[in-house]
Amino acid sequence: MIRSITKQKSEEEIDRLLDGLNRIFIVGCGTCVTLTQTGGEAQVESMKEALSNKGKLITGQTVVPVACDNLTGEILEDFGSQIEQADAMLIMTCAYGVQTMANQLKKMVVPALDTLFIGKETSLGQFNETCTQCGTCVLGETGGICPVTSCHKGLVNGPCGGTNNGKCEIDDAKDCAWTMIYNRLKDLGRLEAMRKYQQPRNHQGEPSPGKFNVPVMENGL
Amino acid sequence: MKSGSNLEKLLNAGEFVITGECGPPRSADASVVREKAKYLKGYVDSVNVTDNQTSVVRMSSLAGSLILQEEGVEANMQMVCRDRNRIAIQSDVLGATALGIRNMLCLSGDHQKFGDHPEAKNVFDLDSIQLIQTVKMMRDEGKLISGQEMAEGTEPRLFIGAAVNPFADPFEYRVYRLAKKIAAGVDFVQTQCIYNMDKFKEYMKQAHDMGLTEKVHVLAGITPMKSLGMARYMQKSVPGMDVPDEIINRLKGVEKGGQSKEGINILLDQIQILKEIPGVAGVHLMAIEWEERVPEIVEAAGLLPRPTV
Repeated sequence: MIRSITKQKSEEEIDRLLDGLNRIFIVGCGTCVTLTQTGGEAQVESMKEALSNKGKLITGQTVVPVACDNLTGEILEDFGSQIEQADAMLIMTCAYGVQTMANQLKKMVVPALDTLFIGKETSLGQFNETCTQCGTCVLGETGGICPVTSCHKGLVNGPCGGTNNGKCEIDDAKDCAWTMIYNRLKDLGRLEAMRKYQQPRNHQGEPSPGKFNVPVMENGL
Repeated sequence: MKSGSNLEKLLNAGEFVITGECGPPRSADASVVREKAKYLKGYVDSVNVTDNQTSVVRMSSLAGSLILQEEGVEANMQMVCRDRNRIAIQSDVLGATALGIRNMLCLSGDHQKFGDHPEAKNVFDLDSIQLIQTVKMMRDEGKLISGQEMAEGTEPRLFIGAAVNPFADPFEYRVYRLAKKIAAGVDFVQTQCIYNMDKFKEYMKQAHDMGLTEKVHVLAGITPMKSLGMARYMQKSVPGMDVPDEIINRLKGVEKGGQSKEGINILLDQIQILKEIPGVAGVHLMAIEWEERVPEIVEAAGLLPRPTV
């Protein structure tokens, strides 16, 4: 399963964003941020305490099931007056949730988290970014390991000169993507794939901002 | 003749070349480059001008190169892919050539994390191999990446260089990476600083056996150790660097005041060995912030006077 990975903003930044906003409604999410412990019940509760101690009035709080879902607006309608009387909603979800609520409720929103990446849980409690959704997939030539994402320079023509005993020169806790690719291709007997020249990537492959429409069938489905 | 540079002419003539290195200052002070030029002019055949090396902001490599050339020292302009996209790179290639640059070294570039602006966004729109191919296509086909053509006789006439690191892992792959750079169109390569001579010989043997040394000029990278401390630092803390204990022990064997002299002695021994390795076309002397010692090193190595063609 992939998850939206977040990190709480610093206390100073949250204070700055809430400066002059005294009545706050707090929203968490029961999906990704609950799993990463950045916006679940417990974090919403401790945020409420922290803000109350700073003299803010918490008009209400809730943890919606899936903040990025279009139903979130309807769910929040149940909190009508609590949200209405708030100066702002402090949102402890990823930026997908923040924007969903901003669009649906037309209310001042303040994110409490920074959204880092879409991560895959690779072992219990550990999330890694393995795809940056670049739009021009090279996995077919790299043994299924993505250098665009996993190499700090996004190199597609093999390792730079900084590989250090199989680790990346900028982080000795991180495996060098191209050493992993080399080992994988060696196991597969396909090392010749690394000798092939890769053209400059087409960055138009990644529309910015991305947009996609599901094709409409003739029968209207 | 691809570029008509001094470096190209000497390599084609089969001379054992020696290239130097010059890091521009972290200011707009041209006199720093002019001062360094004094120690390099007549002692080396071409001088690399680094491009914001280790991701620290410095005077641009193009400006540094032009100042060197004003002082009568041929520049080898380094260009990294970290800071420019393909539009800026091709534009700089055209501009540099128009201003008289004849050699260019194509590099990926150090990650910005190492530098003075770790919060910067990197680019890496092209990598070093794609950069080589781009410059070659511009020079030999008169074409940009887009396919846009330029009139015959207006192409950037550059001698194309690259760096190779024979010591980074996976070791078995490194010679294929050299082959890839050759296929992309590189004319000469300069290696990472060599201290492990046995490993370098093994690398050159592989390259020689694959016929690669006939297709590219290999300049062996060397850097004199200024002290035991520097040697220990290089051994432990510089990624992709292979410093054998033998070097450490030689420096340990002399008193502190004599270590820099011993460092130069080690370097002189290396040059003699490198001269005998098949396929080594010269040395790239990186006397980092030690340019003033270049004249005595080149003289002691028996490489004076520098040939002219």
